[in-house]
Amino acid sequence: MVPLYMAFLVGGLLCVIGQIVMDATKPTVTPGHILVGYISAGAILSGLGLYQPLVNIGGAGATVPLSGFGHVLVQGTLKAVEHKGLLGAFSGGVEAAAAGITTAIVFGYVVAVIFNPKG
Amino acid sequence: METPDKKIKAIEKQEYEDLASQIRPKPKLARNMAWAFVVGGLICMSGQWIINYMVSLGVSLTDASTSASCILIFLAALFTGLGYYNELGQHAGAGSIVPITGFANAIVASALEYKREGYIFGVGARIFSVAGPTLVFGFVIAVLVGLIKVFLTS
Repeated sequence: MVPLYMAFLVGGLLCVIGQIVMDATKPTVTPGHILVGYISAGAILSGLGLYQPLVNIGGAGATVPLSGFGHVLVQGTLKAVEHKGLLGAFSGGVEAAAAGITTAIVFGYVVAVIFNPKG
Repeated sequence: METPDKKIKAIEKQEYEDLASQIRPKPKLARNMAWAFVVGGLICMSGQWIINYMVSLGVSLTDASTSASCILIFLAALFTGLGYYNELGQHAGAGSIVPITGFANAIVASALEYKREGYIFGVGARIFSVAGPTLVFGFVIAVLVGLIKVFLTS
C-alpha cells in the first residue's frame, strides 16, 4: 500500500510542473492545453514503460493527475492487444477508462443542468 | 540640514514607490508553485486515502483506483456547480487543473457557461469543449501504442 505522504509528494510535484509550464508560457498555454498535455504525456510515458514505476512509488499521486488517465488508456490497450490482437488496440483503452469517462460525462451533465452559472 | 524642498521630494519619491509597488506585479511564481503543490498534493492524497481504505476492505487495487477517480470526479463536478471549485482554482492554479478533478471542473464549467443555448446543443455539446480534445489525444495515442505493439508482436 502506498503511504499517503508519497501520494501527496508525487501528486504535488506533478502539479508544480504544470504550474511552471503555465507561468512560463502565460497566456499561450490555457488550462485546456495543460489537460491535453498531461493526458498525452502520461500516455506516451506509459507506452514507453516509464509511467508504471511512478505509479508504484506515488500511487494516487500518479493516477489522480490526468497523466494517470492517459496511463490507464494505454495500459488497457496493451492488455487488450495481448488477448485480442488488433481489435484490442481499438477497444482496450476505452474499456479500461470507461468508468472515469462515463462518470465525468453523466455527473458533468447532471450538475450543469441542476446548477446555474455564478456571477 | 535638509531644505524643505528636498524633504518634499523625498516624500514624493516614497509615495511614488509605494504606489508603484501596489501596481507592479509581484514575483508570484514561488507562491503559485507552493499553492499548486499543496492543493494538488492534497487532492491526490485524498485519492490515496480512498484507495487504501477500499483495498483494506478487500477491493482489488485496480477497482479501488478507478473508484477513487470516479469519486473525485463526482465531488469536483458538484463543487464546480456550487461555485467553490473555481474559487479554489484562482489560488491553486495547476494544483486544481492537473488532477482529474480539473477535468471534471472543465466539463461542468464550460457546460454551465453555455446553458442558455439549451440542454442539448448548449450543455450537451459544450461538455466536450475541453473534455473532447483531451479524450481525442488520449485515444489517438493509446491506439497508436496498441498498433505498435500489434506490429512488434506479430
